[in-house]
Amino acid sequence: MICLENVSKTFQTRERNVHAVKNVDLEIHEHEIFGLIGFSGAGKSTLIRCINLLERPTEGKVWIGKTELMSLNEKELRDVRKKIGMIFQHFNLMKSRTVFENVAFGLKGSGLKKEEIKKKVLSLLEMVELKDRADSYPSQLSGGQKQRVAIARALANDPKVLLCDEATSALDPQTTQSILKLLKKVNQDLGITIVLITHEMAVIKEICDRVGVMEDGQIKEIGEVVEIFANPQEEITKNFVATTSNLSKIYDLIHENAEITQLKKNEQMVLLGYSSENANQALISKVSRENNVDANIIFGNVEVLHQKSFGNLVVTFNGQKEDIRSALDKLEKYGVKVEVIKNA
Amino acid sequence: MLDLIYQIFPHMEKFGNEFVASIFQTFWMVILSGVISFFIGTFFGVVLTVTKKDGIMQNKIVYTLIDKAINVIRSIPFIILIIMVIPLSRIIVGTGIGVSGAIIPLIFGTVPFFARQIETAIAEVDKGLIEAAQSMGSSPIELIFRVYLKESIPSIARVTMVTAVNLVGLTAMAGAVGAGGLGDFAIRYGHQRAMTDMTYACVLVILLMVSIIQMIGNIIIRKTTH
Repeated sequence: MICLENVSKTFQTRERNVHAVKNVDLEIHEHEIFGLIGFSGAGKSTLIRCINLLERPTEGKVWIGKTELMSLNEKELRDVRKKIGMIFQHFNLMKSRTVFENVAFGLKGSGLKKEEIKKKVLSLLEMVELKDRADSYPSQLSGGQKQRVAIARALANDPKVLLCDEATSALDPQTTQSILKLLKKVNQDLGITIVLITHEMAVIKEICDRVGVMEDGQIKEIGEVVEIFANPQEEITKNFVATTSNLSKIYDLIHENAEITQLKKNEQMVLLGYSSENANQALISKVSRENNVDANIIFGNVEVLHQKSFGNLVVTFNGQKEDIRSALDKLEKYGVKVEVIKNA
Repeated sequence: MLDLIYQIFPHMEKFGNEFVASIFQTFWMVILSGVISFFIGTFFGVVLTVTKKDGIMQNKIVYTLIDKAINVIRSIPFIILIIMVIPLSRIIVGTGIGVSGAIIPLIFGTVPFFARQIETAIAEVDKGLIEAAQSMGSSPIELIFRVYLKESIPSIARVTMVTAVNLVGLTAMAGAVGAGGLGDFAIRYGHQRAMTDMTYACVLVILLMVSIIQMIGNIIIRKTTH
């Protein structure tokens, strides 16, 4: 559907050249929700703008379906852009226009009659549940409502693709949820391919099918969201995955020598990593019983993604040294990742 | 009513007709040069904005040319500018004196100032709006009219108001070189013939004009700010 071939973007400043995007190859499938995650400055904003050529890549090719955008003239490019909706972090609504006029903005020159435009705009506003605010001005709306208007506006020309540039970053968690739900609906009901960028792993977890992790102008890792969460390979990906769980807290607690991390004699603290295959089995109670050790779960984080669960547990085992060892061996045999994080 | 006026402004009885004529001269100078300057100034203000670095029609040569020309013209004192453009005025409107003769100098005195004001007014338009409109497939011309100008109407009203008030001041100066108007009247009667009451009458009318301009401006700003 969308295909970036060896796309690079270099900004020339007085002092030096900034390579915002470096030789990125990326394929985004039709009807999927693709997420790009990265810290600020990773180049994700530039990359998403390369898709509709708001930033013209310094080199490379950009395919939308069978059209190669870099080779189009201005007029042709404008027509293609009408079929690529875009929403922004700060909504970018026109202050001097009402909600209705904002949504109708892109329909001028579309050949639709006034009546048809009215019908279309109202049906879009109905979809984003803001039909009753058609005559309001953006300054009278909340952040979430503004983003809904922006979504309606982006969909006015029946695009095949919707680009979301940090669309929820300026919103509170609850509003973020409702916007994400709306995006999911747009994706499922209208079959629109969505590309979104964010710095929040929670957003990726919530709605994306696949995710690319960006750092330093490059896509470091790419894959199904479940896979990336369960089995991150790159350091940067691990960092992002860690941001969604409170697991890193345990290390702080150990460092502070907090009470729950203090071990008695014959105790060992381990971190158990479950993947979706073994999360459903009663492994801990099983090894505890069979190897004559006591297991005390002191910390845990289990995710459910696309109906699959996986996660981590911090467990303190109490028992004879050999018993603990064979218990851990057994767990490893079942496919659980075992990492001893503290010995007595 | 008339008696009251003659009581406050004793010389009005004799020079009243000439005074009224001066009001109309000032009025016409402001309206004519104002309307023409509005369009020319807006044009150059827009051209400055779009040809600027990272503008939607970036063009270094055009930008530098206009930018420098504005700076040069603005640095010439208006009274000297009037004399300088008299030959040009003769070519374009056929005369260097009277209300018609004052139009060209007034335009020269107003346009550079107004173009700068428009440039700053338009600069207040969020770049994100331009980006959003581009993402919807707007052409440069659409961006100018439907985003830059449309979104900055309150700011444009504000700077137009400031410029119009400025222009009233300039017409008084143009009076000094034979354009007529209230400035000319105040100098000839109020100052040279020491009729202080006529000076105050001029001030009063100009004050009224400025107030009306500001009132209209404020109404437009209020109606267009959402």
